[in-house]
Amino acid sequence: MATYSTNQFKPGLKIILDADPYNIVENEMVKPGKGQAFNRVRVRNLRTGRVIERTFKSGDSVEAADIVEAEMQYLYSDGEAWHFMNQSTFEQIQASHAVVGDAGQWLKGQELCSVMLWNGEPIGVTPPNFVILKITRTDPGMRGDTATGGTKPATMETGAVVKVPLFIEEGSLLRIDTRTGEYASRAKEE
Amino acid sequence: MSTRLEQKKNSPLAGLRLPSSSPRPDWRPSADLATLRRRAGLLGDLRGYFAQTGAMEVETPLITPYGSTDPALTSFTVPGVQGNTGFLQTSPEYAMKRLIAAGSGDIYQICHAFRREAHSPLHQEEFSLLEWYRVGLDHHGLMDDVMGLLNVIGFPLAVEKASYAALCLAATGLDPHLAPTAALADLARSRGALFDQASQQDRVLLLDWFLGCAIMPSLPQDRAFLIYDFPVEQCAYARVRPGIPAVAERFELVVGEVELANGFHEVTLASEQRARHLGENARRQALGLPMQAIDEALLAALQAGLPACAGVALGLDRLLMLLLDEREIRRVIAFPSQTGV
Repeated sequence: MATYSTNQFKPGLKIILDADPYNIVENEMVKPGKGQAFNRVRVRNLRTGRVIERTFKSGDSVEAADIVEAEMQYLYSDGEAWHFMNQSTFEQIQASHAVVGDAGQWLKGQELCSVMLWNGEPIGVTPPNFVILKITRTDPGMRGDTATGGTKPATMETGAVVKVPLFIEEGSLLRIDTRTGEYASRAKEE
Repeated sequence: MSTRLEQKKNSPLAGLRLPSSSPRPDWRPSADLATLRRRAGLLGDLRGYFAQTGAMEVETPLITPYGSTDPALTSFTVPGVQGNTGFLQTSPEYAMKRLIAAGSGDIYQICHAFRREAHSPLHQEEFSLLEWYRVGLDHHGLMDDVMGLLNVIGFPLAVEKASYAALCLAATGLDPHLAPTAALADLARSRGALFDQASQQDRVLLLDWFLGCAIMPSLPQDRAFLIYDFPVEQCAYARVRPGIPAVAERFELVVGEVELANGFHEVTLASEQRARHLGENARRQALGLPMQAIDEALLAALQAGLPACAGVALGLDRLLMLLLDEREIRRVIAFPSQTGV
């Protein structure tokens, strides 16, 4: 079992707490002049995203989390699981709805995603920063209205709903920033 | 190519010369000159205060024959010229008490102290201390003296006195003197402390956690606090005042989570002082740390008669950080320590 001592703590280090994998967000030494030193850390649960604060006695050790991020291509969803293929080993893995989470709304197939693996099992999926999707449903466009800055909801081919400018037509291809879920620009047919 | 390398290897200066490809070391001070001028001004103000209040400036050796027995401190060792081991002082406390026993009266010292600890924005292994002693004062008298000194140097914040118990009660709902150890451990756990079984029964360690991770983070940052009357487990070399509860006559000056000074109404009884060192060594043993020989000269001085006195050590670099609103200790000292880089 690999372990890290508190003096190796730094942001980005992956550790196990209460049988869950965590990422260290912030590490701070608390050292009274007369007394024991502590490491106060803020850690993010890599499964739930929740951030908590913990203190360790300086010098204590904690189990290291075997976390790797692999570039994988999203293949398809069979309704039960989402299937991905590792781009370097061509190995295929399945991820549950819970693991894919919100990332799923941007995926239609072929996208290169970053999949976080804990002991070889997927625990999180990050879609590409930008995806191009077609609008399947939105209110009729208001031609010429490019200046008022108003928006309307548009449903994409994956089911995601994105706010788009009023002039955008049903059937258009859009470039969407998955980090914010916002419309970035119109896109051309490839 | 290889012959040139070999020539270098054989040169008497090989190993002393930096390879031409390595970056030039940054020779410039890490503090700007305006800060260093302010630092010089502060030293002048401090000396002025002590001249006015009748304390004598003293100097004592930085290399001492005894390391600190305090389990929280790790001394640097230096090889002595006669094969003995010397220790760089963690504070000038032992030597200054011997001067007071010799009849010096009030004394102060501005010196460097060395503690082998990880660097942080608040700590360098070598740092500047102002340590002073007042004969005949207790810790409350010395706290008033600290306030007088802060006033003279233009300390920017209001200073408030508060007992350890009152602050602990406000921050945690627990009385640090009377709460059972299990209650302390439960509260620490509920606030995210991940301690093993032994640590959860270690009252000293739990109280350190209370001060550093519960009480200090709860303090408003717009003023300084003089926290006084510590739990007896944190007595260090302060007198214990009997009573229910008994308390250690010790204080700390803190601003938010930054500790600026530590003061004691000093133990003057040699047997009591020896018991403190033995206790610290016992704790060292329990923690798997090397024990430290006890400074018998200090105990002999107490035996000869140390007048009742109170002493305090104040971190000058941190004080300057506060005066200049700097966030990193290296911004207020000419050159940062090198070995921990």
